[in-house]
Amino acid sequence: MPDAPGLELIAQGVEEGRQGTVIETAFEHGRATLIVHPEGVLHALRWLRDTPEQGYTFLSSLHAADYLPATPRFAVHYELLCRDRVERINVKALLQDPAAGDDSNGASPEEKLPELDSCVALYPTAEFQEREAYDFFGIVFRGHPDLRRILMPEDYVGWPQRRDFPIGGEPVLFTHNEIETPRWFE
Amino acid sequence: MEIERESLRARQLRARDLLRGDLEGQDLEKYVEERLLTTTLENALNWGRANALFPLTFGLACCAIEMMSMVTSRYDIARFGAEAFRASPRQADMIILSGRVSIKMAPVVRRVYDQMLEPKWVIAMGACSSSAGMFANYAVVQGADKFMPVDIHIPGCPPRPEALLYGFNKLQKLVRGKPDLGWRQRYNAAGTEEWARFESGKPSPEAIERAAVALEMPTLEEVQRERERSTDA
Amino acid sequence: MADDLLRDEEITERGVAREMEDPSSSLVDSAEIIHREPEGEGLEPEQEVLTINMGPHHPATHGVLRLIVTLQGEQVIDLKPVMGYLHTGIEKSCEDKSYWKVIPFVERMDYLSYFFQMEAFCGCVERLVELEIPPRAKYLRVLHMELNRIMSHLVWLGTSALDLGAISMFWYCFRERDQILDLFEMSTGQRMHTRFFQVGGVFEDIPLGFEKKVREFCSVMPSRIDQYEALLDRNEIFLHRTREVGIVSRERLLELGVTGPLLRAAGEPWDLRKVDPCLCYGDFDFNIPVGTVGDGYDRYRVRLQEMRESVRIIEQALDGLPEGPWVADDRKYVLPPRDELSTSMESLIHHFKLVTEGFRVPPGELYYAIESPRGELGCFVVADGSSKPARVHFRDPSFVNLQAFRDMSVGGLIADLIQNLAMLDPIIGGVDR
Repeated sequence: MPDAPGLELIAQGVEEGRQGTVIETAFEHGRATLIVHPEGVLHALRWLRDTPEQGYTFLSSLHAADYLPATPRFAVHYELLCRDRVERINVKALLQDPAAGDDSNGASPEEKLPELDSCVALYPTAEFQEREAYDFFGIVFRGHPDLRRILMPEDYVGWPQRRDFPIGGEPVLFTHNEIETPRWFE
Repeated sequence: MEIERESLRARQLRARDLLRGDLEGQDLEKYVEERLLTTTLENALNWGRANALFPLTFGLACCAIEMMSMVTSRYDIARFGAEAFRASPRQADMIILSGRVSIKMAPVVRRVYDQMLEPKWVIAMGACSSSAGMFANYAVVQGADKFMPVDIHIPGCPPRPEALLYGFNKLQKLVRGKPDLGWRQRYNAAGTEEWARFESGKPSPEAIERAAVALEMPTLEEVQRERERSTDA
Repeated sequence: MADDLLRDEEITERGVAREMEDPSSSLVDSAEIIHREPEGEGLEPEQEVLTINMGPHHPATHGVLRLIVTLQGEQVIDLKPVMGYLHTGIEKSCEDKSYWKVIPFVERMDYLSYFFQMEAFCGCVERLVELEIPPRAKYLRVLHMELNRIMSHLVWLGTSALDLGAISMFWYCFRERDQILDLFEMSTGQRMHTRFFQVGGVFEDIPLGFEKKVREFCSVMPSRIDQYEALLDRNEIFLHRTREVGIVSRERLLELGVTGPLLRAAGEPWDLRKVDPCLCYGDFDFNIPVGTVGDGYDRYRVRLQEMRESVRIIEQALDGLPEGPWVADDRKYVLPPRDELSTSMESLIHHFKLVTEGFRVPPGELYYAIESPRGELGCFVVADGSSKPARVHFRDPSFVNLQAFRDMSVGGLIADLIQNLAMLDPIIGGVDR
């Protein structure tokens, strides 16, 4: 992994190209994380990929996480790998939830979803993985060639892996409890 | 061979005559012939069906790997006559649901089951297809018998191939017409039925009565009376 | 003209939707094809394009994968995989369970490489809590992982040969697989989904006699691999079907994020066991088989050779197996031994806390990747300080490798499509999670 000073140099390099991209750098458990603003994600990825000294040409994984109740709520992680030096770096794009604090109670037909630029042009491997992030969190990737649900049924409503989505399933019925207090599970 | 169906009354009279010893000669012979052939033929048919079940290749998840190893030489299913796994549901008469049924797959499974021809049987192999196993969440159908009839459930995650063969033998007994007792009869487990969650809520009072009697539990009135008596005293 | 038919999803979806309602209607309405004809130009029979659905229930799709294939004659023009028929919501379920209880869930994703998934998760959590595992546990983990690699390749070989028509290979491969499962049952108690690893080491030490049985197996396995090679290596039909078929260039594979035997068959010597060794892979002397062309035959050869290398690793692991504890000592994360429970109050309290609530992991997040039989298996865990993980995500190799399927098959024939899918080795449990 790039060590802490190396990470600072990378952060400086990315910031030079486009101001206001890097929010923070974090280095924990031997892992370097570059926390960026969502609008500057493509710039950061392109800088990391194309700068000759960096050469992070392989996108290992693109995944999203929901940090409810922390804000900003969503984050999209890009795990990059430089195969020559075998170094990994993580680019984390923090996204606000546009529907938060929305008191319209679903009155508007358009659901407000967090948006981000798609990096399929830079890393074609992101195609399925961005679809997965859209499917489970509702994060819209602008510029994705074919953004639709990948693992849930096409007409499913809801974003399953968000933290406020219920886990589902059925309660297991125990006969004794049913006799004593029917529908005890409610 | 044509078997004539007579009216019930005529058959009853003939049975009475047989018991009295009044049937003679040709009538007696015909009577015995009919009974013997009908049941023996059905038995033979069922025996043939049981020993030549054609399973459908329907592997869903991890249980499918154990089902595959049941086909192979150590836990040979060919010795029970079922090695001819058919890919087309029209040619198969048994479907082994091996693996978890997700909500996207459930309509597909149901369609494949509908495309099978009668008579057909279903084995729900493993915990996931019997009752969703460990996956009590939004994505798995909580038991395949929510949308299709299941004959045999096999517990395990995944069940050993020997367990699957045991279940298969039970299915063969079922096919032959002499099914083993279900666990409710064996353990006298009345009152353990799952009451569905209808909008009406409570199970009917008769159901509660029945269950309470079976479990030898005091009914709700008795419990209330006890409580009143203890508060009074 | 072929282009607007290619991009036309509507015909596919409409036809499929119609088929869902009425199974007897055809998938592609003939009226629709005629409607798409430009004026004055009839469709030649060779140019007619057909979209078929290789549905989720199919004997050759290695699980419940649905392929919408656009064909021109027998040639594949376009291919769309539809996944999700085995989606189990494992990642969401894991958020609801303590870290120990996550281990059996996580095992069942890619259901042929369960030890690797356990290692990815346990390794990730161990790094999050900065827990060192004892050397004996490392060796035992590697031992079981390499046995699992052989087993996974055996199942792949058996089912792929079955797809290609070499049906008796299935029985031979599963004969060996049953031997490996006997070994697993001996050491872990269960054939599949063993839940053997835990955070801090392995669950139980190996029993007496296990080492002897593994050595017996290792002495027998190379000759069995020779037998498989003798059956398939120079088999004319196998060669015709797999040579020069499904070739994707190395650069394209890297762009698509493909790792594992697929990438190595294309000539890239990339194996996480060598370049970024986890556990104790650095102690062993083994080679990485690398192909040249990247066709189906190379993939087959790479995996067979990997089986041989795994046998070597297992033998070395047995030779060098250190004595000592099989699980770490830190009572905050690992259960104390049972005999201590009757004497020490502290052990009792630790045991109680661990069993009821589970251990807490300080806040942090980590991505940890290992080399599973199919490629790079990565585990991403977000911990928020409680006893349940806040997010568990697996970067599954089959999911990412499936993106290469389209590149491999477009331009080939349907029979080659089956072969490509077989050589791709997707496990739909991993794809769908």
